[in-house]
Amino acid sequence: MDKERIDQIIEKYNCDPSYLIQVLLDIQSENNWLPKEALERVAERLQVPMTRIQHIATFYKAFSLVPKGRHQVHVCVGTACHVRGASRVLDTVQGLTGIEPGETDLDLKFSLETVNCLGCCALGPVVEIDGKTHGKMAPAKTADVLKNYD
Amino acid sequence: MPRINSPAELEAFRSSLLSERDPNKTCITLCSGSACHASASREVADSILAEIEKQGLGAEVEFRRTGCHGFCERGPIIVIRPDEICYFQIKPEDVPEIISETIKEKKIIERLLYTDPVTNEKIIHESDIPFYKNQGRIVFGSNVSVDPKNIDDYLAIGGYSALAKVLSGMTPDQVLQEVKKANLRGRGGGGFPAGNKWEGSRNAPGDTKYVIVNADEGDPGAYMDRSLLEGNPHSVLEGLAIGAYTIGSHEGYIYVRQEYPLAVQNVNIAIEQAEEYGLLGKNILGSGFNFVVKVHRGAGAFVCGESTALMTALEGRAGEPRPKYIRSNVVGLWGSPSVLNNVETWANVPLIINNGADWFTQFGTESSKGTKIFSLVGKITNTGLVEVPMGTPLKDIIYKIGGGIPGGKKFKAVQTGGPSGGCLPEEMLDLPVGFDELTKAGSMMGSGGMIIMDEDTCMVDVARYFMEFLTDESCGKCVPCREGMRQMLKILTNITKGKGKEGDIELLEQLAETAKEAALCALGKSSPNPFLSTLQHFRSEYDAHVKEKRCPALSCKELINFYIDPEKCQGCGTCAKKCPSEAIIGGKSMIHIVDQEKCTKCGTCFEVCPPRFRAVRKISGEPVPPPIPEEARTIVRKKKEK
Repeated sequence: MDKERIDQIIEKYNCDPSYLIQVLLDIQSENNWLPKEALERVAERLQVPMTRIQHIATFYKAFSLVPKGRHQVHVCVGTACHVRGASRVLDTVQGLTGIEPGETDLDLKFSLETVNCLGCCALGPVVEIDGKTHGKMAPAKTADVLKNYD
Repeated sequence: MPRINSPAELEAFRSSLLSERDPNKTCITLCSGSACHASASREVADSILAEIEKQGLGAEVEFRRTGCHGFCERGPIIVIRPDEICYFQIKPEDVPEIISETIKEKKIIERLLYTDPVTNEKIIHESDIPFYKNQGRIVFGSNVSVDPKNIDDYLAIGGYSALAKVLSGMTPDQVLQEVKKANLRGRGGGGFPAGNKWEGSRNAPGDTKYVIVNADEGDPGAYMDRSLLEGNPHSVLEGLAIGAYTIGSHEGYIYVRQEYPLAVQNVNIAIEQAEEYGLLGKNILGSGFNFVVKVHRGAGAFVCGESTALMTALEGRAGEPRPKYIRSNVVGLWGSPSVLNNVETWANVPLIINNGADWFTQFGTESSKGTKIFSLVGKITNTGLVEVPMGTPLKDIIYKIGGGIPGGKKFKAVQTGGPSGGCLPEEMLDLPVGFDELTKAGSMMGSGGMIIMDEDTCMVDVARYFMEFLTDESCGKCVPCREGMRQMLKILTNITKGKGKEGDIELLEQLAETAKEAALCALGKSSPNPFLSTLQHFRSEYDAHVKEKRCPALSCKELINFYIDPEKCQGCGTCAKKCPSEAIIGGKSMIHIVDQEKCTKCGTCFEVCPPRFRAVRKISGEPVPPPIPEEARTIVRKKKEK
């Protein structure tokens, strides 16, 4: 991500340090992760210490300090999905991708995350891949769905 | 659109809006909440627009994308007004027929109607469907008629009249007295009386004060705040502005999860439109009252739903709670008095102002007034959002509205109050819902998640699940929460894995006691609730896990085995084909066997075995019978005799 774009985001919030989280969210959503150079630029422009940025970037779930894969797999493990068998779906995804929640595989194909409720409980268990919702999942169906991504 | 400069102008504008709208004009409303988006309601919308155009009905038919209707189980939902014809589970390919048959020819399409599962009767009108009929939707009801992206829709149903009433004819004290008299209690979890909170801020010293909407809805399985903010954002803004006027605040914040993009979008549009009309911003309705609202997106931390943590997050720091020797309504955001209420609480305010406290208090129990929106999910036939008057028995919500448990299974427990709540068994289903009633029963109201569990749900696993959630979400600031929960999770996980030992339950009870007494914030203090309530009502399940290494619900993976009954297996091969681990020894016309070494216990075989055979069994607490010898595996079919 280039410096100019980061500056644009910061200026959108008038360089106000109370908008630090909002700035980081914008960078995260455009770039998929927070590179060190971007954080340094934010620290410089908003005049906040790097330690505070690190604290925030590791405290909140939305941020990632490592690059993400091409496909973001979100397995819902909210209560409604849990009682309908989400853990079996998660096991299947882990088995097929070889990664645990929070990890990205070596060829940057999949990043796996668990989320607590996507709010479409009628479709549970739910898996969201790149923003597309796959409902009423079961282990066999999960394998079929994952095959469609490369 | 020019600014509206006085309450009289607002009424005049409203009248002109209504006169332009023909109540008899055909209007198709489509549920476009997030849950329906997941079921392709965007595609349905596109095809409705295209079809209206194609069949040349642009002038006669209005199309409106509304927020969540609540009946998510049957989404996407279409309601055709003024006849109130209700169609469910619409697919894009159904649309041409709907337009040509129902809109043009006024014919009902039977297959898209709701079928009553008991009587098998087809139901045409929304208000006759048991799911809706048994609710009392005073807050959520407007969702079905309002396009959240169009402020005129909200004005057409009387929107902002409460704000006008307050600004033109009520002193802040009068508003405060009305809200106190209504005994409006916080809908986000604590149930603290909103009026008292407001009063504290109003009387606190300082010129700068803040009002905040808590839309950091984090309880898994709960999405009512999202649907309200997505579907009717102006009702929340109006309530917020009234609160601001009452306490003397000129700046408000909406803290909403970034995981709710549609809510963020709709609330931003709503603020923009309200500012354009002069219903927010400077000199609102010519009254001299100024009030601006800013939206902050939460970056994903459950603890930020806690008031002091949320305010810390608003200041741009890591959202950790602080001890509340002085409450945040006196020293809150940036050290100023700050009133924080939940989305649903704010949305109740305009109703109270418009209809009066006496109207509001006619709903509810002695100590809990008004209604509550619940997210009814889990093992329930009608998943969705339901709004009922406080005091409605749990049984009515689950059976009359929810339609009971699907698949002929037996009800086991209802979990309310989110991760800090508790599980209530069947004996307690007569309990009326209310803040104090649920707390007394060992659970809590929380923000309104209501998760139904059936006989297949293991209660020890449920306790472990919530403990895992909370351990993960603990901010780590205080020891009883950070370390205590970690230990509780470890012990509970061991129990579900068959490694529980004598004394574990007693140790868990001690840890629970410590967290309850010594944790810093509500998250830690209430963290043992799921364990304590499941232990109280389902102790036998804990004992079975610890003493017999058996999971009575046949759910804990480490304690169950899958076994194919040789008497029942017909050698159809379905399980062997579907097994992802190749753990089934098959063969044509051979009795199938599960290779226990290879089996990952995913349960696929159990699900795919044809119901007429039901050969796959789950067993727990007993040894797996040895596989039958190779020579006995051939299935000898009886020849049909002529």
